[in-house]
Amino acid sequence: MCLGVPGRVIEVEGDTALVDFWGVRKTVRLDVVDEPVAPGDYVLNHVGFAIRRIPREQIEGTLALYEELLRAADVQDLMAADVRNEIDASARRAKEEPR
Amino acid sequence: MSLLASRPLEFRDPERARALVGALERLTAEIGRDRVSVMHVCGSHEQAIARFGLRASFPPALDVIMGPGCPVCITDLPEVDEGVALAEQGVRLATYADMLRVPGTSRSLADAQAAGARVEVVYGAAQAVELARAEPSTELVFFATGFETTAVATAAALLAGPPPNFSVLSAHKYIPPVMEIVAEMPDTRIEGFLAAGHAATITGWGVFEGFVERHRIPVVVAGFEPLDILAGLVGLLELIRDRRAEVINLYPRCVTRAGNLVAQEKLWKVFRPIGGRWRGIAHVPNGNLRLRDEMAAFDARRRFTIDVARLWTEAPAALAQQCRCGDIMAGIASPSDCALFGRACLPESPVGACMVSSEGTCKIWHLYGGHPNLREVGP
Repeated sequence: MCLGVPGRVIEVEGDTALVDFWGVRKTVRLDVVDEPVAPGDYVLNHVGFAIRRIPREQIEGTLALYEELLRAADVQDLMAADVRNEIDASARRAKEEPR
Repeated sequence: MSLLASRPLEFRDPERARALVGALERLTAEIGRDRVSVMHVCGSHEQAIARFGLRASFPPALDVIMGPGCPVCITDLPEVDEGVALAEQGVRLATYADMLRVPGTSRSLADAQAAGARVEVVYGAAQAVELARAEPSTELVFFATGFETTAVATAAALLAGPPPNFSVLSAHKYIPPVMEIVAEMPDTRIEGFLAAGHAATITGWGVFEGFVERHRIPVVVAGFEPLDILAGLVGLLELIRDRRAEVINLYPRCVTRAGNLVAQEKLWKVFRPIGGRWRGIAHVPNGNLRLRDEMAAFDARRRFTIDVARLWTEAPAALAQQCRCGDIMAGIASPSDCALFGRACLPESPVGACMVSSEGTCKIWHLYGGHPNLREVGP
């Protein structure tokens, strides 16, 4: 619950954005993020809501931890499980997009 | 004893990691005391410390303690009882997965579920709203737990106009006040706090300035990568060595001084802080977030008569009385000090909340091994 997960914005539709999490596309709510969000931006998300637009020059360092966690992919791993839960917290799109 | 051995240090920048570990050793020596204790208040920090085996690289005099940073663990027994009572009264209850097995006074939500109550797992408030929408004729209560980050999501879900059959049983907690409680504990050894980066994304690092002023204890805001945590500890030890009571933000990519004002506005529009017990810790003034009067229509405590008293007439489990979760969250004891840890209390059959949650100290230590010692493990 504390970790949150970054994702890349694919498109913005009003108060929601379609966000890519390492190939998994989910709809994230934009009600609480405090800066305008545009396609290509990275946002930090918590339980289905974007809470921060991550400065572009900082994104590499932010993603590295998550990539290592997801690579480890151990079913027992608590941090990797939290990241997956955070991704699952975002809604699937009503009509699934072909990836 | 651990299921997963602590992993070898896998840093993006091993040279920088070595330099930071060297700085920790140098600073601890300069401080020159047998023990320097600092506390973090975040389950994800503990997961990262344990997962990446960081404790093995800390100097022996540096004690990094996990405080009350597991939202599931500090949810008080009567709050769990409210959820259990509502579910047993025939209300459909939705909550985070970790809440299911947290022991109440006599039963957990999983027990209620096994006995036929409708208890459902969701990943967040917005999903609970969707469940309510899909079945408009049934009352759905979202049992809402967690700190600032999840409270903001609950607030946003309520402000977005949920259906009339949706309500919230709030057990949300607010971190800054509990740091005051830990600092004021008479036998506290804590000389500095590592604050959690993502909660501070919401509140801003400025929220800690008053605390630092009042208690003369430094605070460093840190991220979650192993290097972020090591850098945070180096920053904290420098402040302790120099006797500088300040807030330093070492996670600027996510945390600003003011924080996320949009999120704060929503948070305080929906919630008001009130005093209340945190399990095992103490009464925490302003530590609990409850729905404001303006949100009464969505407050499960006002919509339903919740009969918890009958749960209190049933005897609690005998083992629970030996559980040391409270001492562990206050930083007074380690999981290994508890006679139940890894014996009668296991992730499959938890006695205390700290063994239930993925952010609980006991579960994290059980899974990764808490205190690996490089001298014993070898190179």
